[in-house]
Amino acid sequence: MTGAVDITVNTLDVTMAVVVGGLFAIGFHLMLQRSLMRIVLGFILLGHGTNMLLLVAGGTPGLPPVLEGRPVDPAEPADPLPQAMALTSIIITFGLTAFLMALAYRSWRLSGSDEVRDDVEDRRIDIALQRAGADEVTGPPEGPGGNGPDDGPGSGPGDGSEPGGEGDGDAPDHRDDDDTAPGDHR
Amino acid sequence: MTTLLITLPVVLPILCAGVTLLGLPGRVIRVLSTLVLTTVLADAAALLVLTDTRGPQSVHVGGWPAPLGITLVADRLSALLLTVSVLVTLAVLVFAIGQGTAEKRRSAAEVFHPAYLLLVTGVSLAFLTGDLFNLFVAFEILLAASYVLITLDADGNRTRAGMTYTIISLTSSLLFLTFIGLVYAATGTVTLAQLGPRLAELPDGLSGALALLLLAVLGIKAAIVPLHFWLPDSYPTAPAPITAVFAALLTKVAVYALLRTQTLLFPRSSVWTLLACVAIATMVVGILGALAQDDINRLLSFTLVSHIGFMLFGLALFDATGLTGTVLYMVHHIVVQAALFLAAALTVRHTRTTGLDRMARRSPPRPLVAVLFALPALSLAGIPPFSGFVAKLTLLRAGAWQGGTAAYALAATALITSLLTLYAMSRVWSRAFMLQESHPDRSDTPPLKKPAPDTVRRPERRADRYGARLMTTATAVMVMTSVAVAVCAGPLARVGERAAHELLDPRAYRSVVMTEEDR
Repeated sequence: MTGAVDITVNTLDVTMAVVVGGLFAIGFHLMLQRSLMRIVLGFILLGHGTNMLLLVAGGTPGLPPVLEGRPVDPAEPADPLPQAMALTSIIITFGLTAFLMALAYRSWRLSGSDEVRDDVEDRRIDIALQRAGADEVTGPPEGPGGNGPDDGPGSGPGDGSEPGGEGDGDAPDHRDDDDTAPGDHR
Repeated sequence: MTTLLITLPVVLPILCAGVTLLGLPGRVIRVLSTLVLTTVLADAAALLVLTDTRGPQSVHVGGWPAPLGITLVADRLSALLLTVSVLVTLAVLVFAIGQGTAEKRRSAAEVFHPAYLLLVTGVSLAFLTGDLFNLFVAFEILLAASYVLITLDADGNRTRAGMTYTIISLTSSLLFLTFIGLVYAATGTVTLAQLGPRLAELPDGLSGALALLLLAVLGIKAAIVPLHFWLPDSYPTAPAPITAVFAALLTKVAVYALLRTQTLLFPRSSVWTLLACVAIATMVVGILGALAQDDINRLLSFTLVSHIGFMLFGLALFDATGLTGTVLYMVHHIVVQAALFLAAALTVRHTRTTGLDRMARRSPPRPLVAVLFALPALSLAGIPPFSGFVAKLTLLRAGAWQGGTAAYALAATALITSLLTLYAMSRVWSRAFMLQESHPDRSDTPPLKKPAPDTVRRPERRADRYGARLMTTATAVMVMTSVAVAVCAGPLARVGERAAHELLDPRAYRSVVMTEEDR
């Protein structure tokens, strides 16, 4: 394992490099989506990419590290440490994927949609902006830290006709349970 | 004996986490968890004394020597942080038992104690581990436990916040694994003690890229600006004691990892300008965020982000005084932040709202709660007799001695941030604890919204009174610890200074981990 420096730097398998790079790219792309299921899939792909990277880090392939009986040249077997690390990380990513699926299911049961919802602060800023837009006609705008009674999620005005709404059109029906649709700027 | 001392903080909680899953009666589980944490606390204190008198100690698990097997290492820094962390977890456990978070519903109680003990295991392992991969495993243990705790009794809001938290943490964990893979490919080892010299042999560009990747990974975990967005969004939704323990420990474990890896793996001889800029941004953005908040837990979460910047301040200077300041600041902040969140929980329990504006319309809590909030709040702002002052003074002195643009900018930002922290805290104070002039008898003012059914105060039963007393006691213990940190500032500063010198000169650390020819 101390000899790994020379081996890995000199011979990097192009196929593996492309596979790892591709898995990372697709994984991160999926994780940036709004649908929870795609995020979970992205996490799985990213986990695979990382595990492959760990294996590539072990250098060139070789004999099984655990051999019975006959003495071997220490250069012949594959480096066992990255395999152990990859195994550990496979177990960890597997367990956490299961947890993530359960959480996504819970979220779907509770909210009826598979989407990541806007965070509370974003929604409050949206509401404040809409109010400010509405108040410009009559008076000075209210600051974003406005002390209205609606600082809980889902208790703000559910009006869809405010001028602040950009109307981004894609699947607004998924967010019908809260007041984010009109000002949703994502 | 040393073997027992070092392995116990990791092994005992994880074994008992298994035992608590066996379906024992609730009372037995509560006593068992408390006993376990008390034992670990005594063990950590003994370890601190041992490492301070005899230098770093190590255990090669299973008898395998260092580059092959798993190594646990304890030096002054890890033993000190371990002691403080376990103290906080113990106090928070007592608070949680008192609050009945653990026992509100049967299913939640079954999950709380094992998850909490696993969290302690992960924290201990992160402090004691001697190689990068085990650091990753430790992070995974504590994060997996934290995913469970943050989604305990999950309603819609908690699920949303838990989802954000989980996904962000998982991404950073996978990036950490990527870092480990790359480091292993480049150097052929993951043992921290062995990596320093080997990374120094690599080309500058490669080691620089690795250092940046590690900074990004630990930056997400430590909530450093601009990677902090998940924290104020997810922490406040968790049950109060869990928020307290997360705020006190999780980010600090990441800061510890940053401290350990940067000094061992990428040592430098001058000020680290990039980290200085990041530290300044963290302090400013965090505290400005705190000023804009109306919710007491969100406000405290933003001050948490802001004060991570103080810890980076010392690391960015990269000299003995700066690192001493960082160590002292971490000890102070772990205690004070936990005390603040617990006191905030007591306040919220009384006023039945987390919104500051609504608190202003309710009757203020008992004077005892006000005192319990005021002491850590003043300490956080760095008012002289309290613990924050000692830590901040050390940092500012380090900045002044170092000189140069970056150091002076850091010191100036630290001063302004302290002032703004005081403002944020006084805002909480005036809303939550002062009788408002405009509402002479505000207890008569009808609440704007009916409180949620589970927060309506039932007629006080005996068990409730007992629980309330436990909660107050736990908070008082944390507050008294923060006072004790200030009282013992002298000895603590000397330990911190020795720990900082140990960080800057890792020869002793390396010599206990590696045998002579491997280095």
